[in-house]
Amino acid sequence: MQINRRQFFKVCSGGMAGTTLAALGFAPGTALAQARQFKLLRAREIRNTCPYCSVGCGLLMYSKNNGSGNAKDTIFHIEGDPDHPISRGALCPKGAGLLDFVQSKDRLRYPEVREPGTNKWKRISWDEALSRIARHIKDDRDANFIERNAEGVTVNRLPTLSLMASTSITNEVGFLTQKLSRALGLVHVDCIARV
Amino acid sequence: MTQDIIQRSATNCLTQPPQVRDFQQKVAKLIDTTICIGCKACQVACSEWNDYRPEVGHNVGVYDNPADLGPKAWTVMRYNEVVENGKLQWLIRKDGCMHCEDPGCLKACPVPGAVVKHANGIVSFVSELCTGCGYCIAGCPFDVPRQNPVDKRVYKCTLCVDRVAVGQEPACAKTCPTNAIMFGSKEDMKVRADERIGELRSRGFANAGLYDPQGVGGTHVMYVLHHADRPELYSGLPKDPTISPMVRFWKGAFKPLAAVGFIAMFAAAALHYIGVGPVAEDDEEEKNHD
Amino acid sequence: MTNHWVDIKNANLVIVMGGNPAEAHPVGFRWAVDAKIHNNAKILVVDPRFTRSAAVADEHVPLRSGTDITFLLGVVNYLISNDKIQHEYVLNYTNASFLVRDDFEFNDGLFSGYDAQKRTYDKTSWAYQLDEQGFARRDPSLSHPRCVWNLLREHASRYTPDVVENICGTPQDRFKVACEMIAETAAPDKTMTSMYALGWTEHTVGAQNIRTMAIIQLLLGNIGMPGGGINALRGHTNVQGITDLGIMATALPGYLTLPSEKQHPDLQTFLSTVTPKPLVQGQVNYWGNYPKFFISLLKSFYGDKATPENDFGFDWLPKWDRLNDFMYTMSAMEDGKLNGCICQGVNVLAMFPDSNKSTRALSKLKYFVVIDPLDCETASFWENHGEHNDVDTASIQTEVFRLPSSCFAEEEGSLVNSGRWLQWHWKGADVPGEGRDDGENIAGIMMAVRHLYENEGGKAVEPLLNMSWDYVDPEAPSAEVVTKEMNGRALADLMDANGNIVVRKGQQLSGFGQLRDDGTTACGCWIYSGSWTEAGNQMARRDNADPSGLGNTPNWAWAWPLNRRVLYNRASMDPMGNPWDPKRKLLWWNGTAWTGYDVPDFTAAPPGSAVTPFIMQSDGVGGLFAQGKMAEGPFPEHYEPMETPIGTNPLHPGVVSNPVVRIMKNDDNFGDPSQYPYVATSYRLTEHFHALTKAAKLNAITQPEAFAEISETLAQKVGVKAGDTIRISSSRGFIKVKAVVTKRVQMLKVNGQEVETVGLPIHWGFKGETVRGYMVNRLTTAVGDANTQTPEYKAFLVNVEKA
Repeated sequence: MQINRRQFFKVCSGGMAGTTLAALGFAPGTALAQARQFKLLRAREIRNTCPYCSVGCGLLMYSKNNGSGNAKDTIFHIEGDPDHPISRGALCPKGAGLLDFVQSKDRLRYPEVREPGTNKWKRISWDEALSRIARHIKDDRDANFIERNAEGVTVNRLPTLSLMASTSITNEVGFLTQKLSRALGLVHVDCIARV
Repeated sequence: MTQDIIQRSATNCLTQPPQVRDFQQKVAKLIDTTICIGCKACQVACSEWNDYRPEVGHNVGVYDNPADLGPKAWTVMRYNEVVENGKLQWLIRKDGCMHCEDPGCLKACPVPGAVVKHANGIVSFVSELCTGCGYCIAGCPFDVPRQNPVDKRVYKCTLCVDRVAVGQEPACAKTCPTNAIMFGSKEDMKVRADERIGELRSRGFANAGLYDPQGVGGTHVMYVLHHADRPELYSGLPKDPTISPMVRFWKGAFKPLAAVGFIAMFAAAALHYIGVGPVAEDDEEEKNHD
Repeated sequence: MTNHWVDIKNANLVIVMGGNPAEAHPVGFRWAVDAKIHNNAKILVVDPRFTRSAAVADEHVPLRSGTDITFLLGVVNYLISNDKIQHEYVLNYTNASFLVRDDFEFNDGLFSGYDAQKRTYDKTSWAYQLDEQGFARRDPSLSHPRCVWNLLREHASRYTPDVVENICGTPQDRFKVACEMIAETAAPDKTMTSMYALGWTEHTVGAQNIRTMAIIQLLLGNIGMPGGGINALRGHTNVQGITDLGIMATALPGYLTLPSEKQHPDLQTFLSTVTPKPLVQGQVNYWGNYPKFFISLLKSFYGDKATPENDFGFDWLPKWDRLNDFMYTMSAMEDGKLNGCICQGVNVLAMFPDSNKSTRALSKLKYFVVIDPLDCETASFWENHGEHNDVDTASIQTEVFRLPSSCFAEEEGSLVNSGRWLQWHWKGADVPGEGRDDGENIAGIMMAVRHLYENEGGKAVEPLLNMSWDYVDPEAPSAEVVTKEMNGRALADLMDANGNIVVRKGQQLSGFGQLRDDGTTACGCWIYSGSWTEAGNQMARRDNADPSGLGNTPNWAWAWPLNRRVLYNRASMDPMGNPWDPKRKLLWWNGTAWTGYDVPDFTAAPPGSAVTPFIMQSDGVGGLFAQGKMAEGPFPEHYEPMETPIGTNPLHPGVVSNPVVRIMKNDDNFGDPSQYPYVATSYRLTEHFHALTKAAKLNAITQPEAFAEISETLAQKVGVKAGDTIRISSSRGFIKVKAVVTKRVQMLKVNGQEVETVGLPIHWGFKGETVRGYMVNRLTTAVGDANTQTPEYKAFLVNVEKA
């Protein structure tokens, strides 16, 4: 494979980087003939925590961004954080494969609805999605909310709507979820901590 | 990097590579099979770092997936269930290029500079120059290189030469959860291996030892084994690997002549090898997979 | 975890039982390997299968799935009979010397107080004898026949090596190996760490499995010690955090309870019921501060709307009628009692028991809202995927919404790992496409519903609108603001006893010691108080220095409570304050105060005082006898899984299984061993994470297709070889998978018969990059642990045939 100068600059994700490397003696032909270019040059490094099990390994995520302001960050590599006292840079096969989770072809990209009885997903706007969901919840809540039980005790609960919470959400989202649940009066609330 | 290359394939020994920069440490990867949990993190990290993805395969009744090394599978875990003195042992070995000190692939390669050896011991395939003849496959005593059917070139582990060049360890060594894959100077790795072997012997593994076969001049990927006396227990790791005599003969006696006839003869042998495979080792593998 | 991941390196023995950390927590397991290499430790794996943890262990001892209590009570019996006990610890730090009421009994498999009609216990007799002041009676000589020590000795004495072999199938010589290894750590300067996970919890006796190990660890003096403890290896990245935050049917943040309509009609009754009184004079009884935690939570929830006059908004909280855990909810859903469900990143179809039932239940919903980063089976439960999901799409009238959300890389915030460390992480990229992050998804629903109520009015407006939501952008609350809310702040100047201002109005609290029960503090989760103080975000700290060498790294992130790394650490020292092991000094008394390498889990009481280390307990000690805290008894007892291969309980044939397990009418579908003779157990592999990683190609490559692991003897019996397709069925459904025939699964001899185990990894379904297949939960039973309602995934009956 030959690579021209223009493509080489693209690989290095920045004109300056290319120039510097060339100045150091890694001209395109030689550099690629001997060793693959180190791919993290000029990448942005962001620290994160592995979303799978509860060891909580440290991650270094690398994204490309040319800084021009109109380009979005794309994560193109993830490896372990060597400073992390538990993981010391290690990742198991799940963590080592995280890039393919972030970039999975199965990622959802827009709100959708499946209308009753139909056999396909239909793309809708956020406005439509949230207003239709809110209408369902309000109609349900107005019809089925129990303010007092038979003994006259204030119980303020909605027994017909349930919420199943993820255990990969952050604490902060968890707290918002707790507040949403109890504000709606939900008692059918659980998370997947036990499966 | 170019000036760190100390050996090139099919290059007349009269054309010496630059050798002034001689302060180069030999590197090695030490794989401690006795604390390897067979998790395949190394496989995944290798694939992620080197940007290849083999096809999603099938389960054929074993844990080994991908089932074998491939042009897009430069390292694979091999699993063996062995009963010793009534106790089950699950011997798991990370397979891949051994980066021989005396590399059979390099010796066999007829294309100048398509296989190179760096001063630190890493053996690299320079894919741009590879013509896909497959001689390196025949030349390898460990059955490691694999040809890609699409571009016809042959691929194998690079020991992450791109990472090592900037002072980082290979992706597999960095990711290994239990530190079963260590990376450093070959001397340091031998010291680490000695410590591990001492500990294993204290736990009753009398034959624990280091796999650094001298038939290929030692390797830059070494194993700590519980049963160093029987490396073949680990999916047919060869006990005394040597470069095929045919390669030695050709490279040793007739290399300067580079006689066309010899190449043709060797090619026939190599093609047979590629087509039929290393019969004895395959048998071993079959047995283990059943 | 009482301890934490790195602390495992300090152990002398790592017992892996009820978990498989090399596969489910590989990087955490590095510290077990480290203990082996650098601390000359041994690793003991007790598991029905020879796992990848066993591959690097010193010993693997097999047992039949679902018989852990028998094995462990056998160990208790061994320790007591052979006097392998840390006596000083047991006498001073456990309730061994406490006297139990005379009417407490255990006969033929049942404790006193059983009501067979209601399948529940009246636990009145499961209590200490009290003196005139209401404090527990004790006999420090341990000679009184009613003291806990003697009751435990008698209870465990039935679990002889013969009984263990007969019930567990563990050969006696192998059992002895395990007992001897464990017993060595009774020495005050030797510790064993216990690593367990869902291999213990996913049984109808799950919580009692853990209880039994807790008893062993107390007898050996291993709780509170570096390298000791009971270490729950949480499954998912924030299982610990979401549990801490009480996102469960009857819980609130910080292990506070949601009020119930029967017991807690009003705030005063609630607080007097839930706040414990000390059972031993002078003990700390830290839960005595319950009102401070609870009122501060209400102030956090309802802000200025919460006043002393309206009981701080107590009535706006929903009150529960029964335990509506997810298994109950799914049954109610199947019965048509629910209209809607908000499902946040939960793959119900793949993860909940009896997938066919899940499909029937979801089909009854009117509306179903799925928030997920991935195209998963659950949102698409109505899609027909041939044999893998053979549903009648047209007949399913559920309206399903699918909202795209963020994954870890696209959000910031804190997650709590198993060691209780709150670690902050940062955003690296935007959510793809039009996706919104998890917080925006929740806030979006909240605000949309509120707008409707603000515009139209409706039922019960107060609970909905009074919940505080005063974020700068209420549609997208920032993680920083929410986390500060959980830490808590002063709502007025807080004074100490001398009238000096300790915290100014509006300032962040530095710990839960500053909480008040008069409405002058707000705190969303009291155990997180101290995580974001006036000094800033403690969870984002990144100093990995380890001054003690014990691996505590006190300035890396922040651990609850109060940055304490080892819980019950006062118990790492003898009553006079001398560390049990001088080589592993965590804390000591410097003459005037407790000091050392961890935050003391104790008061300022000096050495030799009567105050004992377990300050969260009303009796101040570790519980060999649990009083009324467990559903099925104050001592553990062997009960067979609900589906047992031997059809009886050799100890008491009249009481085969856990007598207080909840069986809902929809789930009374247990299989009989005559039709389903093999014990199935489901689990994870190293290469995958539940049903999530099948969407990641790298992981799909490493384990591409569903399989089951069976022994060579079973393979022979059913006439299959490795790689053949087999059909596995239970009384709930069937699946077809590839067969992995292995020496790592062995037939066991149990109660005179041969019992085979079928291992079922759970990672495949009808979505993702992997080969399409069946979900294992089509086989499982929707019956759970009597305390926690954790489904019995680890022991149920199946049949195996060649497909």
